[in-house]
Amino acid sequence: MSRRGKGVGSFAEAVADIPDGATIAFGGFAGPGTPYNLTKALLAQGARRLTCIANTTGGAHQPRMPDIGMLVENGQVAKVVCAFTAATRPTDVLPFTPFYERGEVEAELVPQGTLAERLRAAGAGIPAFYTPTAVGTELAEGRETRMINGREYLLEYALPCDYALIRAWRADAAGNLQFRLSQRNFCPLMAMAAKTTIVEVEEPILPTGALDPDQIHTPGIFVHRLVPIPPAPEALWTARRQERTA
Amino acid sequence: MSATTSRGWDRQQMADRLAREFQDGWIVNLGVGIPTLCSNTDIGDRDITYHAENGVIGYGPVLPPGQEDLHLVNAGGQNVSLKPGAAIIHHADSFAIIRSGHIDVTVMGAYEVAANGDFANWKMGGTKGGGIGGAMDLAACAKRVFIILEHTTRKGEPRLLRACTLPVTARGVVTLVATNLGLFAPSGEGFAMRELAPGVSFEAAQQATGAPLLPA
Repeated sequence: MSRRGKGVGSFAEAVADIPDGATIAFGGFAGPGTPYNLTKALLAQGARRLTCIANTTGGAHQPRMPDIGMLVENGQVAKVVCAFTAATRPTDVLPFTPFYERGEVEAELVPQGTLAERLRAAGAGIPAFYTPTAVGTELAEGRETRMINGREYLLEYALPCDYALIRAWRADAAGNLQFRLSQRNFCPLMAMAAKTTIVEVEEPILPTGALDPDQIHTPGIFVHRLVPIPPAPEALWTARRQERTA
Repeated sequence: MSATTSRGWDRQQMADRLAREFQDGWIVNLGVGIPTLCSNTDIGDRDITYHAENGVIGYGPVLPPGQEDLHLVNAGGQNVSLKPGAAIIHHADSFAIIRSGHIDVTVMGAYEVAANGDFANWKMGGTKGGGIGGAMDLAACAKRVFIILEHTTRKGEPRLLRACTLPVTARGVVTLVATNLGLFAPSGEGFAMRELAPGVSFEAAQQATGAPLLPA
């Protein structure tokens, strides 16, 4: 393991090289693990024609935090790959939805478990796999299926990405990560799937070797840049904590 | 809301009725909305493990403001508690548990349920987008699929139908449906009536249903 530190001085510096046309995975599920600060920096950085991979485009709840919906509103997104391109409650409208309805952004709707496995596969050197999910639905129409042991399965391809933006609880300078509780969600899978993984870290970055090797959720091999999150209100924490700080 | 649909069980009572079907030792996945209310139901000393798609195994009730841990949410984004023996895993492992058949029942909301066990809960008519979340993985792979939904739409149109009119989430998987009017089991030709909510007549339930109701 390299002993050279992976710490970067600022969120802006961490996302500075993301080019137009990049494919970026964003961690997080209903708050925990969401890289609010890196997303905010990407809004300011301005890269365009992005493909954004995440569970959802966000924006269903207040207070609004930096999310893919904001990148869409900012004209930075060509396509999203998500498990939600509309809210489950028909009366809720995601900020993303009108852009999609008008054809200004493309979307690929993917069942959540398939999304997770496509990312895992990309990070595991597996180009494609068969899954029972979505067989017999509109999503499977015109696509390759195969009968295996008497059951029909749908072919799904790995989902590699150029960058992953995630949030972790603790990191050491070598990039070994620990997540806390449901913060883990997609983050380890996105780190595996990306060529460059950028992490905003809640606790101060520890010296290499300070984390117990038996308690690492994502090894530093999959991690390239670490940015410690300053205290609120200088930086963004969870929406709920932000609300309290305000 | 019509007079027919305002009667019967409220949301918590619908969840309670379905939760009483959970058997000792089951691993139960609760979807967003009314299904999350099942974890509030007192089902005595039955040992139930709640699994949330975001990798939380063994969660308990939703915690009040001030007591919650902001690092911990269930599938609906609610800040829940953990029970002794809980475990946290990432999304791929969470769906490995789902696809490998370890979930005894998944409880979901829906827009429509059909007599043949099809159901629809990810896309409304006339929209480009949809919200699948984990529903298709769960519906395809859980041992049982239970649905909780209001018996009719806000306009009073039936949601229990001969065939789904909306794009389906999975085919032929639903075995039990709780609505405000009662508990029903898709039986192919129609819905077998397992129980009616207090004050609901068979005739009223039949009138609100888009398929034959079969008396118990």
